[in-house]
Amino acid sequence: MSNLRFWGLMGVLIVVVWLAGRLVTNEYVFFAGYAVLQYILLATAWNLLGGYAGYINFGSAAFFALGAYMSVALNKLVELPVPILIVAGGVSAGALGLVMGYLTLKLRGVFFSIATLALAIVFQAVITNWSWVGGASGAYVMRPADGPWGGSYVEYLFYLMLAMACGSVALARTIERSDMGYGLSAIRDDEGAAESNGVPTLRLKVLATVLSGTLMGMAGAPLPFYVAYLDPPSAFNLSYAVNTIAMPLVGGTQTWIGPVIGAVLLTAVQETAMVTISSASNLLLVGLLMIAFIALAPNGIVGLAKAWKKGETHDAVSNRSAHRHRGRSG
Amino acid sequence: MVDPLAVVNAVVAGVMLGGFYAAVALGIAIAFGMLDIPNLSHPAFVVAGAFSTWQLNSHLGLDPVVAGLAMAPVFFGLGWLVYRLYYVCFERRGEAALQGLAFFFGLLFITEVALVMTAGADYRSVVAPYIGVSFTVGSLVVPQRMLVPFLVSVVMIAVLHQYLLRTFTGRAIQAVAQDEVALRLMGVGPMRIKGLAFGLATATASVAGALLIIIQPVEPSIGREFIGRAFAAVVLGGMGSFWGMLFASIILGITESLVSDMWNPSWAPAIAFGFLLPTLAFRSSGLLGRKL
Repeated sequence: MSNLRFWGLMGVLIVVVWLAGRLVTNEYVFFAGYAVLQYILLATAWNLLGGYAGYINFGSAAFFALGAYMSVALNKLVELPVPILIVAGGVSAGALGLVMGYLTLKLRGVFFSIATLALAIVFQAVITNWSWVGGASGAYVMRPADGPWGGSYVEYLFYLMLAMACGSVALARTIERSDMGYGLSAIRDDEGAAESNGVPTLRLKVLATVLSGTLMGMAGAPLPFYVAYLDPPSAFNLSYAVNTIAMPLVGGTQTWIGPVIGAVLLTAVQETAMVTISSASNLLLVGLLMIAFIALAPNGIVGLAKAWKKGETHDAVSNRSAHRHRGRSG
Repeated sequence: MVDPLAVVNAVVAGVMLGGFYAAVALGIAIAFGMLDIPNLSHPAFVVAGAFSTWQLNSHLGLDPVVAGLAMAPVFFGLGWLVYRLYYVCFERRGEAALQGLAFFFGLLFITEVALVMTAGADYRSVVAPYIGVSFTVGSLVVPQRMLVPFLVSVVMIAVLHQYLLRTFTGRAIQAVAQDEVALRLMGVGPMRIKGLAFGLATATASVAGALLIIIQPVEPSIGREFIGRAFAAVVLGGMGSFWGMLFASIILGITESLVSDMWNPSWAPAIAFGFLLPTLAFRSSGLLGRKL
């Protein structure tokens, strides 16, 4: 897709969503839309590091909750507009990414992953013990009834999230086509070779971790206003971590569109399963889908679509992708 | 002023607790430390072991430790199957690093949800003569529900250690950890050996689960709390060194016990991370053991 078409399409999409929003009277639509956009943002953020560089972050919930609790804490001191809280959440989560990255990214990716998993657990302990932001019993946040530009406050949050989700997708696409993106995929394919060819691997990995963490923190910042009541078990819910990983893996981790497809699809599947089956089964479904995709279709839906499209004309694709897989070793 | 007796009691409780953590970490020391398979779902298997122990204990009245041992062969088979799946889907394609981690994370999640759906989200506990009884030396009080898991864990680690040192298969497992290609050249199939070792690692989850449910009531999502602890123990202990891992677990147990007693129990899960991060950053070869 050319640059012009991408930006044109995105502009049209935003206008269409905005116009559709004018027509909607039911508040629930904005609630549901917010959830989808939040997952698009989280999945895109995760994919910057996980998809492009191949470093799995299990601690999305920690970055996300850091943004959310930053808002809770600042909101107790002074009343600030949400966009400023978003910046604060992003900066603090980015700083966390910087520290984590410097400490653990020098080792093999597996150790980074384990450290992020432990990070989410430790951070939850910190918040649970910090009574000033509500501790274990949680914090109530007053949500104003009206947004600053008319319409309800949830509608306002929805548009903020829309802007962030679109921004993150544009950022991911820009990175993908930049030197940084090529450097990251070189790291994913063979880090040793990348290093010896002069790719500044550590710097790129840390930068990707910081950007990814920043976006996750930004995604979390409006959460206290969206839910109005925030406690550690909901802010650190494992379903955030699982969904954030499952969505890019199902959609496809190699391109910016993959996480978007995965986020929309998995949210739709879960909403349907929640209504028709049960809330426990929808999490099981996400887990099974994730395993099925990584085992059978490692390039996700985007990979399947590409293979199918090319397979219609010639069968060379499967050979080429098999070759690529062999080249990528742990 | 801190009461010295309270400190001694906390340290003894910490040693017992650490011994139990070592039982959980043992499977990870084999799978991750020796075979390089990042089995994040091991703690969930431990919880599954706790639930199967609860079933055998409440229906047949079996002693928890016996129940854990009785289920070990089943877990061995399950572990072997998981390894086969992992091998076919990831290891053979050479993409074990990224996809394998996500696979085990998904497996952790599925195991947890499956336990919620079959056994419910309630806390379960077992009955045994040594639960609720204490053992007193002077003013030192040792609850037997902590002493029994400690002893079983140390015996289990010692037995497995001897197995790895003395038997042909055990040595082959150690060899596969060191140099897979060399093993293949010697005419031993690395895949078969790794499947066996992974099965053994999973079988220890059955026993560790029995120990877990002796110590405390168990609900399905409790396994997550042990991920950080178990990996911290394995990394700190030096990847694959059993005694290093036991030593690290005991240090972890003592620290947690002291913090819980002197300060606040809700900080306990954070301590493992406090150990893990500096170890990874500054001394990645652990206390005893090989370089990462």
